[in-house]
Amino acid sequence: MSIGEMIRESQVWKSIFRHPMPQDRRNRIVVMLTNFFLHLHPVSIKKQGIALSYTWCMGGVTFFLFLVETVTGVLLMFYYRPTLEWAYNDILALRDVTSLGILRELHRWGAHAMVITVWLHMYRVFLTGSYKPPREFNWVIGVILLLLTLLLSFTGYLLPWDQLAIWAITVGSNMARATPILGHEGPGQQLLNIQGIDMITNASDARFALLGARFVGEETLNRFYILHCIAIPLGVALLLAIHFWRVRKDGGISGPL
Amino acid sequence: MHGVSEAEVVSGIAPFLGGYYLFLASMNAVMAFYLWHYKHRTNDALVWTAFSLFMVIVSAAAMGGSPPGLPESVRNLVNWLTGPVIYSVGTTVLLVIAYVLRRWWVKPMVAWTLLNISLVAMGVSMVDANFAAIVTKPDNVPIVGLVFLLGFFTWLATAKAVENDNRAKEGLPPTEKLDDEKVLVWPDLVYTELICMVALTALLLVWAIALQAPLEEPASSVKTPNPSKAPWYFLGLQEMLVYYDPWMAGVVLPSLVLVGLAAIPFLDFNKLGNGYYTIEQRKFSYLVFQFGFLELWITLIILGTFFRGPNWNIFGPFEFWDPHKVLALNNVDLSQYFWIGFMGEALPKPSPDATTLSQILTILLREWLGIVLVVLYFVALPPLMAATIFRGFFVKMGFLRFMLMANLLLFMAALPLKMVLRWTLNLKYIIAIPEFFLNF
Ligand code: HEM
Repeated sequence: MSIGEMIRESQVWKSIFRHPMPQDRRNRIVVMLTNFFLHLHPVSIKKQGIALSYTWCMGGVTFFLFLVETVTGVLLMFYYRPTLEWAYNDILALRDVTSLGILRELHRWGAHAMVITVWLHMYRVFLTGSYKPPREFNWVIGVILLLLTLLLSFTGYLLPWDQLAIWAITVGSNMARATPILGHEGPGQQLLNIQGIDMITNASDARFALLGARFVGEETLNRFYILHCIAIPLGVALLLAIHFWRVRKDGGISGPL
Repeated sequence: MHGVSEAEVVSGIAPFLGGYYLFLASMNAVMAFYLWHYKHRTNDALVWTAFSLFMVIVSAAAMGGSPPGLPESVRNLVNWLTGPVIYSVGTTVLLVIAYVLRRWWVKPMVAWTLLNISLVAMGVSMVDANFAAIVTKPDNVPIVGLVFLLGFFTWLATAKAVENDNRAKEGLPPTEKLDDEKVLVWPDLVYTELICMVALTALLLVWAIALQAPLEEPASSVKTPNPSKAPWYFLGLQEMLVYYDPWMAGVVLPSLVLVGLAAIPFLDFNKLGNGYYTIEQRKFSYLVFQFGFLELWITLIILGTFFRGPNWNIFGPFEFWDPHKVLALNNVDLSQYFWIGFMGEALPKPSPDATTLSQILTILLREWLGIVLVVLYFVALPPLMAATIFRGFFVKMGFLRFMLMANLLLFMAALPLKMVLRWTLNLKYIIAIPEFFLNF
């Protein structure tokens, strides 16, 4: 018996993988049904559904990048403290001192790549008309995922706390003060007014809610950190689960009838 | 560039360009081999072999320290031509041409030639210090990637659509239909995924090693950089700020982009083109989406990233980002055109002592023309569309759905319209009510 066979015949191996190696047709089917990760997929699929020239694999690539971001992101959290005192220095240390400093590059370029691949995925889904019935709702989920992906990237942009970061976020979040009715420089802000007292001021408007302050400061760093590391990823994870489930329920990857 | 001489830049970038041209050479050599060996197209193979050899020579020149560049006069011409009008109109015209001539440029050899031209253009431009400085900024590199990826995938999708449309004319089903036999996910899909993951990991690692993530000076709330730019994927929105106030450009229009995207499946009643590439069978939705995505989203991002410099002025690709460049801004509100220009009077001015109501009435009087125009645009135009060019749509969609679509389309058109009004009439606001932050 070879070592490989010995391992595969052992009780431990068999307790983890509930089927023999998928080398014949029967086991190739069984593996898809009994493995937690693989059961995301159907057992068999139309050839065209896996043609790279059809799907460009862009949804899959986006999902993979999301996983890369999760793993590198969690590792980065070990090195990074979201405070005015430490944020910048911790990033500096990642570049100059930390031996796994390349994590930051992986995380940043992975994030840029993810924004690009979501767009390409949407482009593909549109060009193949895959949003048409019965997949309308999954397209809508997709649009929310698109928004969340951009917000993930946006909130992460602030964390290095360098000039690039705070000014990009300042420019981006300045828009919020012009929110109609809810921004202190937005049309209709005078409407929310109780007995002559403005309810919407620069310390109570939409921008303030986003930043936690009147300008991009420590409160903002804290808010964006939590949004970036916890709130938005959880939202994305939930929506992705629905997204993938719906791909299956809507009849698998689209194709001509 | 200040402080760095042209020669220094050239010698700095020369080794990179040497590798770049060598890559071009090998790419074309592989293509030549493929054509000769598998396709037996000796003539085409010879052309690309010759080009490949030429690239080897260029590469050698680059490595020797003298990469080819563009003559000063050409660069100056390009800089001089760069402006919002030429840029926006030009890219739109390009899109129209690409649409009309799609059967021509999807041919592999044409597309390959275009790819080579764009890569060589990129290479000779890189010799320019200003161009290189912008394109190689670490956070801008992904956008260069995006442009080429979009080009590739647009080509792929268009090629497949053209093929399917040709087949449809002959009464054949789309090519996707030919592949509807079922295969097992293990191994066919699972292995593809595995290979993709390994390749992507390798790519990301190379990217991470080759290019350091940017880290500028520590944040300072007093030193405002000029230009201050949002992250690149929001630069389309920042570009809209030139034409609309933040409440429109930063809040209303982006929200409507999302609403509009989400509404697509419920507005597009065309049953054809579900699950295969086609253009002929869904021209309208195709054109609207391409214009919205490629022109109003992507090209604005490119404009914002590569062409917008200090004070948000437009700079040519080979132009130094001079913070002192001043452009005369003499934009005029519609109300000023009407009262001062046409009536020859002063603008009606709400007096600070008057009651709120009379102030509002004065403002409405001042802005009546713009208000009427905007109301006509959003309220009167949709029924008119329903009665004329969009009659068929209206009948099929019903009142509510049609009105939603019409308004979304009108909002989408509001941006290019305002651009044109700005360029031709220097128009600032159609409705200008700064008293209530309501400028439109
Ligand atoms: C975080 C972002 C996203 C991830 C990870 C993701 C992932 C996926 C995956 C893995 C698939 C399977 C087919 C494929 O790979 O193309 C898929 C299908 C689909 N996605 Fe996404 N997606 C995302 C965002 C979006 C967006 C932005 C849209 C559209 C606005 C969208 C709409 C759809 C639709 C309609 C399908 C079904 C397509 C078909 O059956 O051909 N998704 N998605």
